[in-house]
Amino acid sequence: MTPATYREALNQALREEMRRDDRVFLIGEDVAHYQGAFKVSKGFLEEFGPRRVVDTPITELGFTGLAVGAAMAGLRPVVEVMTFNFAILALDQIVNNAAKIRYMSGGQLTVPMVIRGPGSAAHQLAAQHSQSLEAWFCHVPGLKVVAPSTPYDAKGLLTSAIRDDNPVIFIEAQLLYPTKGLVGEGDYQIPLGVADIKRPGADVTLIAYSKMVVVALEAAERLAQEGIQVEVVDPRTLRPLDVETLVASVKKTGRAVIVEEGWPFAGLGAQIAESVYQQAFASLERPILRVTGGDVPMPYARNLEDAAVPNADRVVAAVHQVLR
Amino acid sequence: MERAQQFHLYRQMLLIRRFEERCAEMYALGKIGGFCHLYIGEEAVAVGAVEVLRPDDYVFSSYRDHGHCLARGSDPGRVMAELFGRATGLCKGKGGSMHLIDVERRFMGGYAIVGGHLPLAAGVAFATKYRGGDQVALCFFGEGALPSGACHETLNLAALWNLPVLFLCENNRYGMGTPVERAVALYQDVSQGAKAYGIEASRVDGMDVLAVHEAVSAAVAQIRATQRPYFLEAMTYRFLGHSMADPSHGHYRTKTEVDEAKQRDPLRLLKTRLVNEGRANDNEFTRIEQDVAAVVQEAVAFADASPFPSAQALEEDVCS
Repeated sequence: MTPATYREALNQALREEMRRDDRVFLIGEDVAHYQGAFKVSKGFLEEFGPRRVVDTPITELGFTGLAVGAAMAGLRPVVEVMTFNFAILALDQIVNNAAKIRYMSGGQLTVPMVIRGPGSAAHQLAAQHSQSLEAWFCHVPGLKVVAPSTPYDAKGLLTSAIRDDNPVIFIEAQLLYPTKGLVGEGDYQIPLGVADIKRPGADVTLIAYSKMVVVALEAAERLAQEGIQVEVVDPRTLRPLDVETLVASVKKTGRAVIVEEGWPFAGLGAQIAESVYQQAFASLERPILRVTGGDVPMPYARNLEDAAVPNADRVVAAVHQVLR
Repeated sequence: MERAQQFHLYRQMLLIRRFEERCAEMYALGKIGGFCHLYIGEEAVAVGAVEVLRPDDYVFSSYRDHGHCLARGSDPGRVMAELFGRATGLCKGKGGSMHLIDVERRFMGGYAIVGGHLPLAAGVAFATKYRGGDQVALCFFGEGALPSGACHETLNLAALWNLPVLFLCENNRYGMGTPVERAVALYQDVSQGAKAYGIEASRVDGMDVLAVHEAVSAAVAQIRATQRPYFLEAMTYRFLGHSMADPSHGHYRTKTEVDEAKQRDPLRLLKTRLVNEGRANDNEFTRIEQDVAAVVQEAVAFADASPFPSAQALEEDVCS
């Protein structure tokens, strides 16, 4: 294991896959000369050249659709969306083409591609640059959706996503890029669809993904000082969801809180809760609680933004409530 | 062009015509469901263009895709079975009329979001270039797709990156019920839109299969030689309604207009030419007619005898 930031972990995974397989290429806005808006593709143009590191005009529909076509013809594109806010412009290509072509063709075609970039809020980027849209993508059969929370997971999951034969939506978090951790040397895979217990505990299950894992772990640390042992479970892959691991944890603790940054109504936590209820209802001492983002477009003002994003205080309060 | 090839073009157009006439009957009988957009009147475009391609070239189409698929050589029985929603269909009955796909023939599919398949064709061309191949991606679309963002973004990318795509705009003058002059700013010469992106463009009489064949031959040769995209506008006309759900005339165009267009029926144009040039006699046309009738009859029989998809098929082919 070696130290790396989340950003470096992504860089390593992508670099190793591009070295391993000539069919893998990176395409997106400012990925080559600028080395990525968040510097994930640092050094790529130099190593792989413009054939495989492709700067695009600001046309998400066009280059995402083009990548779908390239995947249909046997390449393995990695599309960088500068942020997932801009993926909305490519939604028709993602939903109607990437996700459905395998099914519509009766299995004649596959679309092995990754669409990756940062989602969720950073700091004061306001309404159009701060949103968590994972529920939209998770809704669509034919897509896989991944949202790593640590450098180790980011590297292993991106490697698996690139080797997967399906379109994979890979949602990073802007505020996680500089976070540090340990990653494995060389290439390794973390299978898609397998959750990870980030902290074991017996009293309450905290289900969180992406940046909210950091918030959940902070809350768990504070609760431990009160003698409350929280188990933090990170699904890592949001679709397919590892319901089995979530259910096993909830059966053990009898209590669950879901932490998600997205909007509450029809949010991903509602689906996770439903999946857990189906199999662990009898084990639950209390209804599942959700800590979510505010049901508002993201405001600019710092104090309002803070109020719209889940934090450790709110998670601690929810855990107290579910223990009542 | 050799006489035999001209007859072949005629036969292919006739196959599409008779096949689709049977589609209309089968639709009325409830054997074909959903939206069903017939290509009758436009056959010369698909046949004249596809005939030019090599087997390893790629073809993309819109939701009005039966003609392109048949022109590419797909088995009429498996096409009809797909329209019937049967397990033996090209896509195991999961695609239907608007999503015929036959990868073996590099018929990459019919797509039903207007303009949405243009980037796919550019992507296949991108892959070809990436690998150093010389295949061409032929992309059919209606003039209704021209104002879409997908079209403009794709034209820009194809021109910018020198992608070997033949953009073949089938201008049948109506996007459903809206005439081109009320939808496309440069309606008098839509190729100006492509030229604005630096793509060479021209126009061809889409009712004349020999003219289409000649224009596409030149375009494809140029694309292979220069690795640059090309835009061809084929002026054509759909004789029936937008889909099986609407009549051929009434709301948005007159019977006189439709009748006038039928005077330039692509089958009649080629037949008249062959007869006038003394290259054919009635017996030959009768024989082609009989051949095609037998093929279509067999296709319907095959589809009718085929099983519906099994219950297990529902959840197959979603993900690997």
